[in-house]
Amino acid sequence: MTPPLLKVEDLRIALAGDGVTYNAVEGVSFEIGRGEAFGLVGESGCGKSITALSVMGLLRRPLSLGGGRIVLDGQEIQDVPAAEMRRLRGKRIAMIFQEPMTALNPLSPVGRQIAEMFVLHQGAGWSEAMDRAEDALRQVRVPSPERRIRDYPHQLSGGMRQRVMIAIALACGPDLLVADEPTTALDVTVQAEIIDLIAELCAAKGTAVLMISHDLGLVANMCKRVAVMYAGRIVESQVADAIFARPSHPYTQGLIDSLPRLGERSRRGRQRLREITGVVPSIQAYPAGCRFNPRCPAVTDICRTNVPEATSLPADGLVRCHHHG
Amino acid sequence: MLLVLGRRLANVVPTMLAVVALVFLLFSVLPGSFISGMNEDGRSAMDPAVMERMRKEMGLDDPLLERFAKYVANTARGDLGTSFRTREPVTKMLSGRIWPSLKLVLAAMTFAILVGVTLGFLAALRPGSWIDTASMVGAISGLSLSQFWFGLMLMYLFALKLQWLPSFGYGDGGLRNLVLPAIALGVGPMALLARTTRAAVLDVLNADFVRTARSKGMSERRVVEWHVLRNALVLVITIVGLQFGSLMGQAVVVEKLFAWPGVGSLMVDSVFQRDMPTVQGCILMIVLFFLVINTLVDLAYVVIDPRIRYQ
Amino acid sequence: MSMAIKLPRLRLKGGTSLWVGGGLVATAITAAILAPVIALTDPVMDANLMNAEIAPCWEYPFGTDAQGRDIYSRIVYGARISLSVGIISQVCNSLIGVTLGLTAGYWGGWWDDLVSGLTNLMLAIPSLVFALAIMAILGPGLVSLVIALGLTSWSYSCRIARAQVLSLKSQGYIQAARILGYGDLRIMFTQVLPNILGPLIVIATLGMGGAILAEAALSFLGLGIRPPFPSWGSMLSEARDQITTAPWLSVFPGLAIFFTVLGLNLLGDGLRDILDPQSTTRRN
Repeated sequence: MTPPLLKVEDLRIALAGDGVTYNAVEGVSFEIGRGEAFGLVGESGCGKSITALSVMGLLRRPLSLGGGRIVLDGQEIQDVPAAEMRRLRGKRIAMIFQEPMTALNPLSPVGRQIAEMFVLHQGAGWSEAMDRAEDALRQVRVPSPERRIRDYPHQLSGGMRQRVMIAIALACGPDLLVADEPTTALDVTVQAEIIDLIAELCAAKGTAVLMISHDLGLVANMCKRVAVMYAGRIVESQVADAIFARPSHPYTQGLIDSLPRLGERSRRGRQRLREITGVVPSIQAYPAGCRFNPRCPAVTDICRTNVPEATSLPADGLVRCHHHG
Repeated sequence: MLLVLGRRLANVVPTMLAVVALVFLLFSVLPGSFISGMNEDGRSAMDPAVMERMRKEMGLDDPLLERFAKYVANTARGDLGTSFRTREPVTKMLSGRIWPSLKLVLAAMTFAILVGVTLGFLAALRPGSWIDTASMVGAISGLSLSQFWFGLMLMYLFALKLQWLPSFGYGDGGLRNLVLPAIALGVGPMALLARTTRAAVLDVLNADFVRTARSKGMSERRVVEWHVLRNALVLVITIVGLQFGSLMGQAVVVEKLFAWPGVGSLMVDSVFQRDMPTVQGCILMIVLFFLVINTLVDLAYVVIDPRIRYQ
Repeated sequence: MSMAIKLPRLRLKGGTSLWVGGGLVATAITAAILAPVIALTDPVMDANLMNAEIAPCWEYPFGTDAQGRDIYSRIVYGARISLSVGIISQVCNSLIGVTLGLTAGYWGGWWDDLVSGLTNLMLAIPSLVFALAIMAILGPGLVSLVIALGLTSWSYSCRIARAQVLSLKSQGYIQAARILGYGDLRIMFTQVLPNILGPLIVIATLGMGGAILAEAALSFLGLGIRPPFPSWGSMLSEARDQITTAPWLSVFPGLAIFFTVLGLNLLGDGLRDILDPQSTTRRN
């Protein structure tokens, strides 16, 4: 078996607050193979975005890496010098952000913002870089790229801006693309186009994807394997098909129940979508034991005191629940 | 560009007209101006017959509205009246004063921008460092300084003690004479610019697109040069435009202190001599200047910020 | 344990400017109130040409001027004038600004247009130039100085008052109060005013520093307080000609202005953090 492209091991992210340090994320481990699409799912505030930022080496105060290892292609990158990390960033691992409105510099033409990648990582001159930026825009299917490269972000629609972000991220052919809720801020009609574009381009270039979303359906469609995060921990990770067929953690079950599904109506008639009661606890107030226990329908006494161990599932899957098996 | 210029000018004209009206009202309706003032002054008690002739000559007995219409019409034609003291047209007296004033104000603002923006930047890039603390203490001190007193202290130190620079006067109008008054005048806006720039840069450094820039693998220096500088500048320019107003107010005192032959010292002298037409002319000149500069600042916006251009 | 130690320290750091500023302002106010007690000599009458232009020493801590008057005593008395000019002019500005702003926002219509136009007009004329023009008409002196400074910088409080009325209006509070049978004035002063007291205090504090600087400038030009009465500005005006022979005459009044205004600015910054947390840089 070939070694994975990215291996995250026992990741801990610390949040410094008023004299106390909290663990925003802890014990998170996962692996992504070359060219593989991996999904990380959870409600907002569960720690998935900061997990992505830690892979990029972009955690900023008050967040910092508290422990664990991040291995890219056999090289530990969690504490390489800043200059070396910069060479990896953009070139070997690239990122797309949630808000295409604010993620692009409003005072710089989009062509230039793409061209920067070629200047930074491939030593291109500006005019050559601008030509290649035009090609990059064509690849993400922006119409009439020769005119668009001179446009400013405010002249483009949200979907077009996110295409520009994709062009920037894929400009230097990275090994890994981190996509943090790339479609959440977009119109529903545009969402599918953007996801298809990411899937298609990454498949063509052999780029692995770490897809982060609150939308289990979207992630399961695109990714081979999926991990579900809750309150800073991974509670279940499985092959995407299996997670729908046999969800092992009550939280995963809840996420699936809250999805609208085709065919549902024909079998059981009109049914209301179910929701998980309660909200994700704040980092300062994580409950003891299993962190899902205040919201869990199957909660028992042990859940309130003991942290559940990981139990293996078939095909390298795992689940953290006292009631599994 | 032309559109913005047009819109600005459409704004300048009514403002200017309102200022003309206000100045006219202040000086015509309130007691103690013009002829009566010349009389009460004590130094220039006049023969009642002469006063009567002057009132007639200046049309002071006409109805207020008629006088106002005449005043506006004259002002629009560039005729600001005749000085009581020198019997010269006010326009002519002003014309020689504009360039020295302009030079002083622009030099002061240049100093304020160069030093203030630089300090603000350095402070923002290293928050909490000694340079941050020092510039912010310096900024709040600069805001609390009396600019003419600071000028007096500069004069004492650099002109009288060290004898590096001339203590006052216009001289040949060169840099040697300009340095001290410009620094004295510029210290206030410099302090404010340092504070605003620091806040603006910190603001931009937290923006999403700066995170994008970092994710591209840029060095912090490139991030600042390519993405932070321009965005922070937009915020700083607003303050520069607003600061010109108080700068020109302060210039009156600083010009007087350094015996600088500008519009401000002409105004102060005219106030003492109760030469009302000249005082009025100076006010209008200063306001016009302020409005023109604000128009230029707006145009600078358009050049820097594409979002305005396409609105 | 570390939590218990670190929290208060952080809070204290945020309040440094409040405490330093408050201390400086309190010192100036104390000096002004206790002037007859802490002054060494009478600031005007105790002229003695035998003691003219003595450099700072034990007997005269800040030296003496050309008439042999003790500079320290004159500065202590000068605090009375500077502070009262600052306070009175800011009270005037706040009253004018709040009244115009409240009524303009409340009644709207042509009155609102007029007030907004006036506010913009005030912003177009540098306030020191405007004050100078008023002094030119009214003639020099303490009263015209206070009028000139009290009339020329109300635009900030006006804007805040107006904005607050409009925001309460849009939230329906005012209409609700009217349905309850409250009168216009009662609504303005009981419903709106308390909401803007915080920002108004901040603006008045910072504005007081500005007024003291303006008083000094106008007195320095010879238009404000006339000699022999001691105001910090008029002292500087007299001292200017003796800068070569007696620099201390210029140094100490200037430092008095500096520390008082610094105190007010720091106090204003500190108060803003407490009273007006949303605003960032609302200064001239």
